[in-house]
Amino acid sequence: MVNEAKIKTAMVDPAPAVATPRELLDQVTQFIYCEARLADNHEYDAWEALWTDDAIYWIPANGEGGDPENQMSIVYDNRSRLALRIKQFHTGKRHSQTPKSRLCRIISNIEILQVDEKQIQACANAMVFESSTRGDTIWASRNAYTLHRDGDGLRMSLKKVVLANNDRALYSMSFLI
Amino acid sequence: MSEHESASQRWDKLVRPEHVHGSLYTDPAIFDEELKKIWYRTWVYVGHVSEVPNPNDFVMKSIGPQPVIMTRDRSGTIHLLHNRCPHRGNRVCMSDQGNARSFTCPYHGWTFGNDGQLRGYPFPSGYEGVDRSQLGLGRVARVANYRGFVFGSMASDGPSLEQHLGPAMASIDALCRTSPEGEVQITAGFLKHKVKSNWKFLVENETDGYHPSFVHASIFEVAKSGIGSLYSSESSAVSRDFGNGHTENDLRPEFRKRGVPLSWFGTSPDRLPDYVSRMNAAYGDEQARGIMIDGTPHIMIYPNLFIAEIQLFVLQPLSVDETVQHVTALQFKGAPDLNRRMRQQTMGSVGPAGFLLADDAAMYERTQLGVQSKNPEWLYLGRGKHRERLDENGYRIGDATDETPTRGIWRHYRSLMEQA
Repeated sequence: MVNEAKIKTAMVDPAPAVATPRELLDQVTQFIYCEARLADNHEYDAWEALWTDDAIYWIPANGEGGDPENQMSIVYDNRSRLALRIKQFHTGKRHSQTPKSRLCRIISNIEILQVDEKQIQACANAMVFESSTRGDTIWASRNAYTLHRDGDGLRMSLKKVVLANNDRALYSMSFLI
Repeated sequence: MSEHESASQRWDKLVRPEHVHGSLYTDPAIFDEELKKIWYRTWVYVGHVSEVPNPNDFVMKSIGPQPVIMTRDRSGTIHLLHNRCPHRGNRVCMSDQGNARSFTCPYHGWTFGNDGQLRGYPFPSGYEGVDRSQLGLGRVARVANYRGFVFGSMASDGPSLEQHLGPAMASIDALCRTSPEGEVQITAGFLKHKVKSNWKFLVENETDGYHPSFVHASIFEVAKSGIGSLYSSESSAVSRDFGNGHTENDLRPEFRKRGVPLSWFGTSPDRLPDYVSRMNAAYGDEQARGIMIDGTPHIMIYPNLFIAEIQLFVLQPLSVDETVQHVTALQFKGAPDLNRRMRQQTMGSVGPAGFLLADDAAMYERTQLGVQSKNPEWLYLGRGKHRERLDENGYRIGDATDETPTRGIWRHYRSLMEQA
């Protein structure tokens, strides 16, 4: 069992120079699960710390979104706007999140699409159950991530959330998705 | 309602000068009556000519809950067509936008020109003696546009669009002057933001100058925005009731006091040099400076077009407690650097995750829940009544945070609803 042998090696050496595909998938999966948990728990600062300085957090409207520089997106945050979003939560007066949405998301279908020395392209599907004052809402999305190695861990420079129903009118979704 | 009760007596029980009854937001029968007397009768904003720039372009729009296809035929004429095949009622168009000379119903293959006329049907021998001219797509009875803003009225008679808009035309003129070429363009696509709330809460909120300091305190605080002070009790801005349900927050007194071009947009001429030079070339330095100090309007054109300085909102009621806000960045012909910032600011502010609008939406949805409580039965709209006054043109105005617009909206509403 070649793979098992490699996993054992990985456990001995916590930062192997070159990870096997399986190890990389595990690492990416753990990162995506962690990102999901922090978002579900409204751990804003820990979530923000997952991003690189050139971050783009993108939630297109009307399909794949076309050119976000020219067409409206639900969210198209650069790093400073993302920081503003987090600061707004911390005021305690972000009424759409006071009280906070109760969230529970399932992430699945995680795949690594491309790897090079600089970055990892991954994708996943997400189902987010939201309970709020308005009622219960289910959000379904196909997510794309661009990840960068940062020491032993990973950081995220792009998260694109393509909601399956983003061509229709959507209720407010001011939580982190 | 008793048999002998007049419309006026009936509406006295619902709309008073300083109060409105909570059931106006929750009663499905009243909503049905609003569809008949407001949405399917008066002028309703549908779309902008720049959304169908080329011959045979079309875009899916709406009037109230009903979809309406806005087309430009090959001669350039704009049509508003109901999306319903006159044969079996199927929808003839399933695309949000496109370019098509005709629409073919997928059910039995009837084909209609983009002017709505029936072009043909398969196996025509089955329709011997039938008058094809009576079997076109339904058309919105009246279509008119003012400076590219297209409105429809499902009533074949009634006030003209110009009569309906009245002084709101000057606000649209002012908006167009923000472009060095005098034209607004709607080209950035729409966000569609749904709220579980009655449409009238949205209309009223658009020119409610009382709420921003509270609902939007979080973003004003962290973005160090100057918007909050425009809506304080010290503000020299005024709220205005133009009549016909049209209302505005006129922020020009504050901007003129500042006397700084582009201050209305939270920026300065050195950051938009291309725009400033094009404006100076188009209007001359002095007039351009005045335009760039005054900024764009903040006007709610009844019942569904809200021009919010940098955004255009179209309100669409779906049911008594569900409303969609279609929103996009205003774009000005010949102003690429201004337009870029308009898009960026709009994306931050509005839509389902917007720094501003998600919180407005929370208020809409909670007021919808709140008015279902039985005591008190009424909402109180008396703010600033004692200091309401007429401006130099005879329009009612109040202080920046007064409910003069809200009272104007309800006066107009009552006049529409009292009609048979």
